[in-house]
Amino acid sequence: MAKKRGIWVFGDYRNYFQNRITLQLLSRARELAAKIDAEVCAVVFGHWTDEWVDDALSHNPTFCGVVGEYIAHGADKVYLTDHPRLAAYSMETYAVLMERLAKREKPEMILIGATAFGREFAPRVAKRLGTGLTADCIGLDINPEGLLVQMAPSFGGNLIAEILTPERRPQIATVRPGTFQEIPHDYVRTGKVVKVPLPKDLTADRVRLVRSERLPQREQKLEDAKVVVCGGRGLGSKKKFAKLSELAELLGGEVGATRPVVYADWIDHDALVGQAGKQIRPQILFSFGISGAIQHTAACNGAKFVIAVNKNPNAAMMKQADVAVVADASQVCTTLIQELKRRIR
Amino acid sequence: MLKLVVCLKQVPMVSELPWDPKTGTLQRDLAEGMMNPDCRSALDAALRLREGRGGKITVITMGPPMAEEVLREAIALGADRGVLLTDRKMAGADTAATSYTLARAIQKTCPGFDLVLCGSSTSDSETAQVGPQLAEELDVPGVAYVDELEIAGRTVRMRRRADNFLETLEMELPGLVTLTSGFYAPRHVPLGGLQEAFAGADIVSLDAAALGIDPERVGAKGSATKILNVYSPTAGKKNVVLTGAPKWIVQQLFERFEDKIGGAIGKDLKMDGK
Ligand SMILES: Cc1cc2nc3c(=O)[nH]c(=O)nc-3n(C[C@H](O)[C@H](O)[C@H](O)COP(=O)(O)OP(=O)(O)OC[C@H]3O[C@@H](n4cnc5c(N)ncnc54)[C@H](O)[C@@H]3O)c2cc1C
Ligand SMILES: Nc1ncnc2c1ncn2[C@@H]1O[C@H](COP(=O)(O)O)[C@@H](O)[C@H]1O
Repeated sequence: MAKKRGIWVFGDYRNYFQNRITLQLLSRARELAAKIDAEVCAVVFGHWTDEWVDDALSHNPTFCGVVGEYIAHGADKVYLTDHPRLAAYSMETYAVLMERLAKREKPEMILIGATAFGREFAPRVAKRLGTGLTADCIGLDINPEGLLVQMAPSFGGNLIAEILTPERRPQIATVRPGTFQEIPHDYVRTGKVVKVPLPKDLTADRVRLVRSERLPQREQKLEDAKVVVCGGRGLGSKKKFAKLSELAELLGGEVGATRPVVYADWIDHDALVGQAGKQIRPQILFSFGISGAIQHTAACNGAKFVIAVNKNPNAAMMKQADVAVVADASQVCTTLIQELKRRIR
Repeated sequence: MLKLVVCLKQVPMVSELPWDPKTGTLQRDLAEGMMNPDCRSALDAALRLREGRGGKITVITMGPPMAEEVLREAIALGADRGVLLTDRKMAGADTAATSYTLARAIQKTCPGFDLVLCGSSTSDSETAQVGPQLAEELDVPGVAYVDELEIAGRTVRMRRRADNFLETLEMELPGLVTLTSGFYAPRHVPLGGLQEAFAGADIVSLDAAALGIDPERVGAKGSATKILNVYSPTAGKKNVVLTGAPKWIVQQLFERFEDKIGGAIGKDLKMDGK
């Protein structure tokens, strides 16, 4: 039987966000694999990573067992190198391990989370394998020829380029966290674990980690919110702007703002959405009294559905909206709140 | 005496980039060029290292002939000499081809370099890949996303924030670092320096032949990735326009988009039986 082609996902598990991106990639990898009849493999380098593997396969919801966790979230196979030398992430060593494994197994694609580690690791792996790489993708698909279409933003998200790696293999991409949705775990799923020994000739990393301090987990409320209610100068006053919080609360969402609004101190600087602030990608974006300057909208391009309210039907924001509401922002906000209260029981 | 190399890229000034609100596309060709912000940090870091230790700073850029402007600016700010890599064949390079070209140019023009400094990422292509790939090409240790660094003897000590970790790292020279815009202050070009930089700057211009590099490995030809197409994510969105009294509008929103809104918030918003 011919060997199945592999879609690999680098198992980046150092902290919560990294693990989430790995699970998100496994989910998308499954969908891509169905289109080209490939198998989904996770690649894990580390120490104590498989501690819970057997338990995990028999319904153990424990987080520590990354191997079991990846299988439960969609991996058919996990390549695992577990060794004390891999207890801390180490760029050169990880790059060598990935290079050797990829040269031996010849995967079709490698997907890597666009974490700081991933974005330094992937270019090294790509260079070693003499193949192409697309950075920070916000979409992945398979074209009719079975090639990976890599959608990458440029110019602060103002443009999206569709990129292919037509000839070289593997096709490699780093993917922005939050682009895809993870599939819920299934601890009954089984998978294969392939143990890969640490190469004997591995030399010491030329970069030494002297100290590493875990910073407090950054909350990413706005970045991860499914619903964002954004307000701009058109709301007119701090008092009217404050209504957005009530709306956001009813919708289970977060409040975002434009630069004039944070400068006027209607809300904390943390809420700034844009080139100088946060990048958002909600399922629904409500935009109230925002003109739609490029420095703001570049950070909203990931929104799936946009409802914009503006007095001016020609405002740039209105052109980018799925629903353009020509009306007074504050009035629409108040009416929406009333209506939602009636509907949510 | 440190032998320092700074890789600079000229990028379009995005915040002032004219764009067509109808199509939503940026008019790139009309844009003015500027030094990429992270590259400014890299240059500033080099200037500070030289202040402490003495040495020579070579700035290098690959781009159209107009990219020479950033070399002159860097020389006005204090760099010692510039290397311009310009050649039609080099156009359309992806990061692998770019790092190959830069590496060969560094080896040719700065043999025995101590430290190569790059920006972490560029504001136009935003790949953040050239630095790490250049370290691979030069076969020296490299660290990306560095906020601060110092050199003692032959040891570089770096601090960075990466993925919720505050890390201190060390490596021996020669090496490569990529700098974030984080810690370095912008410098202003002294007027006299500017004149000098335009009059008698030490800049060499090299093409692929002069570098003696494999033409198959540079530019679009040497790139493994191909750009299929580029589009504006918002252009040509077909939208529904609602006007009228707020009450009517809100009714319309729920009638027509109840599934979208309800789906996103995970609640049933239907007013059944009414
Ligand atoms: C380098 C740089 C970085 C920047 N970074 C950011 C950033 O990160 N984030 C950001 O947001 N901005 C940023 N800006 C600023 C940006 O260019 C815009 O100035 C800003 O986004 C405009 O905010 P606004 O839409 O709230 O205000 P305005 O542009 O003043 O728009 C107000 C809108 O409200 C409408 N309006 C007025 N009254 C009403 C009413 N009663 N009901 C409904 N609508 C009404 C108007 O028609 C108008 O469209 C940056 C600028 C620069 C140069
Ligand atoms: N054409 C170029 N010429 C010189 N240096 C470059 C070039 N492209 C990228 N670099 C360097 O690589 C860094 C990261 O670029 P990028 O990978 O494009 O985000 C930049 O900050 C520069 O230091």
